[in-house]
Amino acid sequence: MTGERTEVSIWREAALVAGKDLRIEARARVALGQILPFGLIVILLFAFALDPDRGVLTRVAPGLFWIAVLLATLLAVGRAFAIETHHGARDGLRMTGLDGGAIFLGKATAIAVQLAALEVVLGVGVIVLYGVDVNGIGVVVLTAVAATVGLAATGTLYGVLAAGLRLRETLLPLLLLPVIAPVMLGATRAFEDGLGGVPGDAWPWLGILTVFAVIYTTIGVMAFGALWEEAA
Amino acid sequence: MSEAERDDAGLPRDELLAPMLRRVIGVVTIVSLVALVLFGLWGAPTDEVQGDAQRVMYLHVPSAWLAYLAFFVTAAASALFLWRRTRAEVWDRLAGASAELGVMFTGLALVLGSIWGRPVWGVWWAWDARLVSTALLFFLFLGYCALRRIPAADPVGGAKRNAIAALIAFVDVPIVHFSVEWWRTLHQQATVFNPQLNPQIHGVMGLTLWLGTIAFTLLYVYLLDRRYRLAVLEDGRADRELERAIAERISTSRGVVA
Amino acid sequence: MSLVVRLRSVVCLLGRFPALAGADLDVGAGEIVLVTGPNGAGKTTLLRLLAGLLAPHSGTAEVMGCDLAVDRVAARRAIALVGHETYCYDDLTARENVKFFARAAGRRDADIDAVMDTVALSESAHLVHRGLSAGQRRRLALAVALVREPQLLLLDEPHAGLDAMGREVLAGVVRRAPSEGRTVVMVSHEVDIARPLATREVRVDGGLIETVVPRVAS
Repeated sequence: MTGERTEVSIWREAALVAGKDLRIEARARVALGQILPFGLIVILLFAFALDPDRGVLTRVAPGLFWIAVLLATLLAVGRAFAIETHHGARDGLRMTGLDGGAIFLGKATAIAVQLAALEVVLGVGVIVLYGVDVNGIGVVVLTAVAATVGLAATGTLYGVLAAGLRLRETLLPLLLLPVIAPVMLGATRAFEDGLGGVPGDAWPWLGILTVFAVIYTTIGVMAFGALWEEAA
Repeated sequence: MSEAERDDAGLPRDELLAPMLRRVIGVVTIVSLVALVLFGLWGAPTDEVQGDAQRVMYLHVPSAWLAYLAFFVTAAASALFLWRRTRAEVWDRLAGASAELGVMFTGLALVLGSIWGRPVWGVWWAWDARLVSTALLFFLFLGYCALRRIPAADPVGGAKRNAIAALIAFVDVPIVHFSVEWWRTLHQQATVFNPQLNPQIHGVMGLTLWLGTIAFTLLYVYLLDRRYRLAVLEDGRADRELERAIAERISTSRGVVA
Repeated sequence: MSLVVRLRSVVCLLGRFPALAGADLDVGAGEIVLVTGPNGAGKTTLLRLLAGLLAPHSGTAEVMGCDLAVDRVAARRAIALVGHETYCYDDLTARENVKFFARAAGRRDADIDAVMDTVALSESAHLVHRGLSAGQRRRLALAVALVREPQLLLLDEPHAGLDAMGREVLAGVVRRAPSEGRTVVMVSHEVDIARPLATREVRVDGGLIETVVPRVAS
C-alpha cells in the first residue's frame, strides 16, 4: 500500500523549508548568539578606527551600518548551508524531491528574517552609539526591506554555488561581495538621504535596490535547483 | 572519447581554429603589435595638453574594449552551454578561456589607466564611475575564475555550475554600471575630469587607436585558441586516466571471480 | 513482472574514481534483493545511484521507469534510502524530523505517530536528534524513510549499529514489503541475518555486479 501524494504548491514547500530553518535557528541560536554580537562589535570597532568624534561617525554611519550587515550576511549564508551538511541532511533534502525553487525561497526567507532582526538591533545601536537622526523612517524601512531581500537572494544563490566545495569559506566572500556591491552602494546612499538628508532623494536608489532584489530572486528560483543538484 | 577523435600521438583532435588559420592570425598579430609600438611611440603626434602621457591611451582603450568583449563571449558561451540544444563542451571551455583573458585585460586596463592618470590627474586612482565599475568587473570575474579551478564531482554538473555562475555575474554588470554612474553624478561633482583634458581624437591618433584595437583583438583570438587547446589537452588526459582506472577496477574484480 | 531497476553497463564516478565500472542489474517489483561484496566494491555507490543521488557517467540506468541520466528528481519521490547517515537535523526532535521529511515528500496526511510506533520511537519522539542514542538514531533513519511510503526501499548496512529491538523492527518492515507493494534492495555485511529475508542475492565486486545467486525459495 503506497499512500496518495498530494500536490503541494511552491509557496507551501518554501514555507516548510523556511519554517524548518527558523526552528533550527530558534533552538541553536547561532544568529542570535554569534552573528548578532559580531555585528555589534563591528559597529563598536568602527568607532575605534575612526575618531569617535560624533561628527565623523554620524556622517559615515549609513556606510558602516551596511558594511556590518554585509559581513553578517556572509556568516548567515555560511550557517544556512552548514545546517545541511550534518548527518547528510543535503542528501535527505534532495531525496524528498522538493522543488529547487521552493528550497531557494525557503532558505532565502529564513536568511532575510534573520538579517531583518539583525538590522533592527544594529540600527538601534547605530542611532545610540553614533548619534544619528532619522528624518524619513519610511524611506529607511523600505530601503532595509529591498536591500535585505537582495542580500538574502544573492547570498542563497552563491551559498549553494559554493556549498559542498572545498575552500567554500574563502570562496564565498570573493564570489558574493562584488555582486552585492550595488546593494551596498544603493542602500548606503538611500540611508544617507533617509537619515540625515532629504528622504525624497532616496527614490532612485530604492528603485535600483528593488530591481536588484527582483532580478536575483527570479534567477534564484530558476537556477537553484540545478546548482543544488550539482553541489557535491 | 573514440579513437577517431584522437591523432597518432593519442592527443584529442579538437581545435578551436584550423592550424593554418591560427598561424596566419599569429603572424598578423605580431606584425600589428610591432606597428602599434611604432605608431604609438613615434608615428602619432604628441598630445598638446597631456604630452607623451597620452600615449598610454593606445594600450589602455584597447585593453578596456577587450575586457568587455571577453566577458561578453564568456556570457554568450555560458548561455549556449546551458541551452540543451546547443550544449557542448566547446562552450564551457570557451567561456573559461575567455574569462581568464578578460580578467587579464581588465587588470591591464586598470593598471594602464592608473599609470595614465598619475601624470594627467596627479593621482594614481580617482573615484571615477568607469574606473570603479571596471574594478568591480575585475573582481566579479576573478571570483568566477577561482570557482572554475575547483573541480566538481561530475564534469557535466561542474560545467553547468560554471555557466550559471558566469551568467549571474554578467547580469550584475549593468546594475553595477548604473549604480556607480548614479553614485558619481548624483552625489558628487566630477573634480578630476576637466572636459578640456579629454583629447580630441583625429588623424594619426585615431588611426593608432584603431590599430591598437585590431592588434589586441587578434591577440585575444590567438590566446583564446591556445587556452582552449590547453583545456582540451587537460580534459584528454583526464579521459585517458579514467579509461585506465576503469580497466584497472574491472581487472581487480575478475581476479576475485577466478 | 515489471522492472523497478534496470542498469546496463553503468559507470558511476566518485570524483575520478570509477566506483561502478560497467554494472548490470535488473530488479523486479516486489523483490527483496540482498547485495553483498567486499569493502570498496561499489555497494554504497550502487544504492546512491539507485536513490537518484548520483548521475551515471555512462551506460543506461533506469529506476521506476525514469532515466537517471535525464531526470533524477522525478524518480526520487517514490524512493527512500536508509544510509549510513540519518539525514536528520540535530536541533529538531525525532518527531519534527519525521514530520518535516513527510511533508517535504508531499505526504501531508502521513500518520507520524503510527510510523514512530512502528520503529518503537514513540517514547523518545520529543527528544532532539542530538540527544538520541546511536540505536535510536538508526531507528529514526528508518522512520524517515518509511513515512514517505516508498515503492523502492534502499537499505545501506541497516543492521550496523542497530540494537536488538531495531533488528526486529527492520525484519518486520522487510518481510511486509512485498505485500505492501514495496521493492527492497539491501546492502548488508551481516549475511546471516539478511539472507533469510532476501528473495535473491547479488554480489558486487570491483565496480561490477557479477555474481547473481539464483532466487532463494521463499
